[in-house]
Amino acid sequence: MKSFFKTLFKRKIVVMAALFVLLFIITAILAPMMTPYDPYVGDFGDILAKPSMQHWLGTDEAGRDVLTRIFYGARTSLVIGVISVLISAVIGVLLGLISAYYGGIINVIISRIIDVLMALPSLMLALALGMVFGRGTLSLMIILGVSTIPTYTRIMSAQVLSIKNQDYILAEKVVGAENKRILFSHILPNCFSPILVVLTTNIGGTILAESSLSFLGMGINPPMASWGAMVSAGCSKILINPVYGIAPGICVCLLVYGFNVLGDGLRDVLDPRLRGSI
Amino acid sequence: MGRYFGKRIGQAVIVLFLISLFTYLLTYLMPGDPVYAMLGGDITQEQYDIAYEQMNLGAPVWLRYLTWLGGFLTGDWGNSFKYSQPVTELIVRRLPVTMYLGIWSILISTVAGIVLGVVCGTHRGKAADSFVITLANLGAVMPAFWLAILGMYVFSLKLGWLPTHGFQMPTEGLAASIKMSILPVAALSVGSIGSTTRQMRSSMLDVIRQDYIRTARAKGLKESRVIWGHALRNAVLPVVTLTGMSFRTIVAGAVSIEQVFNIAGMGSLLINSILSKDVAVVQACIMIIAVVVVISNLVVDVCYGIVDPRIRIE
Repeated sequence: MKSFFKTLFKRKIVVMAALFVLLFIITAILAPMMTPYDPYVGDFGDILAKPSMQHWLGTDEAGRDVLTRIFYGARTSLVIGVISVLISAVIGVLLGLISAYYGGIINVIISRIIDVLMALPSLMLALALGMVFGRGTLSLMIILGVSTIPTYTRIMSAQVLSIKNQDYILAEKVVGAENKRILFSHILPNCFSPILVVLTTNIGGTILAESSLSFLGMGINPPMASWGAMVSAGCSKILINPVYGIAPGICVCLLVYGFNVLGDGLRDVLDPRLRGSI
Repeated sequence: MGRYFGKRIGQAVIVLFLISLFTYLLTYLMPGDPVYAMLGGDITQEQYDIAYEQMNLGAPVWLRYLTWLGGFLTGDWGNSFKYSQPVTELIVRRLPVTMYLGIWSILISTVAGIVLGVVCGTHRGKAADSFVITLANLGAVMPAFWLAILGMYVFSLKLGWLPTHGFQMPTEGLAASIKMSILPVAALSVGSIGSTTRQMRSSMLDVIRQDYIRTARAKGLKESRVIWGHALRNAVLPVVTLTGMSFRTIVAGAVSIEQVFNIAGMGSLLINSILSKDVAVVQACIMIIAVVVVISNLVVDVCYGIVDPRIRIE
């Protein structure tokens, strides 16, 4: 474990990425303690203020402190990003395991479902699913999760296909192990590292997708703070206070960049063969 | 050869069929009464009954699905109640706009990504490589809508060089069209340039270690010929497959960018019809975008099969 972290953090850029991510996680947890302002109740006497000593990034159209909203936005992004990625990883991994292990008609059906998900642009899929599931944090997590299922399924299938004909699996079958045992005790642990790599990178992608949806007004419900919704609201006030619309976007970039580089770093350590393929 | 293409085309048809099923089910599962969703709650029972009859809501779902599919295939895509005109007319006007911007963006990002990727791959570990790859990584994570707003703020509002909104086809005035396209195309391309550069770099690094590159160098070829003649050809193949997938990214980007610049394309049509629950338009939009994506993937796969015979054996 010690050597794992030593190799992972050998490259300075990975250390930087990990620090970005850590910084945002701390911000998300400690948000209420880091600011004297309330993220939801504003001072209507002081709307759209320019950055000042009281409000470092100014205030929004309801007089709420922009920096405070950014802190709480980190919470929204991280919670939605992590949970929806977990939802999609569980479903995607199971589908991949089952389809590649059993093959035949099950494989055909699952592969076609995956093809459908891959043919639809993920944002469009999310928008369309949003019509059915309605708006809300939980449905947003499911919607965002569905569009990344194919990545896991495809990686799992490839891994299972390369493992399932190896001698030790055959030996296990000869001994009389059930399919369930082979799948979960032998094949699944072998696929752990590529899944972890994809998971990390996908958190970034999902945070990006959440910000796009919220920007379009199809994401989280106001008054909850979301970076995408802040960019959208700040966009029309850009001549009054440019920082309001631009700063949340910088946060999206930094956090997503952090997760992506961390994912790349994990890949280099855990599974160098995957370089370039994911 | 023929079998491979037949199989790919068959798969594409099946996927499109499943997408049509998915699209119909999606709008069917939409919460709320379709009649009220279309006409509003302010109607009499008679009006409700007439609309109910017109929309054929009494028939079983599968029959309605088949009617809809038949209509879609024969070019009858229903009417938009929001714009009160046939969906076909709306799409015929808007699809070219998104395609125009999208194709420019794909061309620019593919060419720029390949060149930058080769530069990185051949200067591995040097300053140029680190610089370009850091920029590429950053480009890949920037939200397209944010980049569009940033560009608009700097180039339109502060410097006043480019218009803040709107779009014209080149046929309606070339100079204005170019000016209006620069920001949207740039915002659409940055992300793809980043990901293509990353792909091209790793593909190049793989190829450059192969024996035939050593052979080419050993027989005394100029380095530029080794890179651009021998290595590039092999390294570019996996990147080209991604171009088919780029259409997905472009459509996703188009939705928010068309909102920012107020461009009447497919993206803004989709989001507006989803927000107003204009079912016929949503169905047609999803189907058309899916058809474009599936066909572009098919074309890329077929080309790939022609260029690289190894693929066909699969």
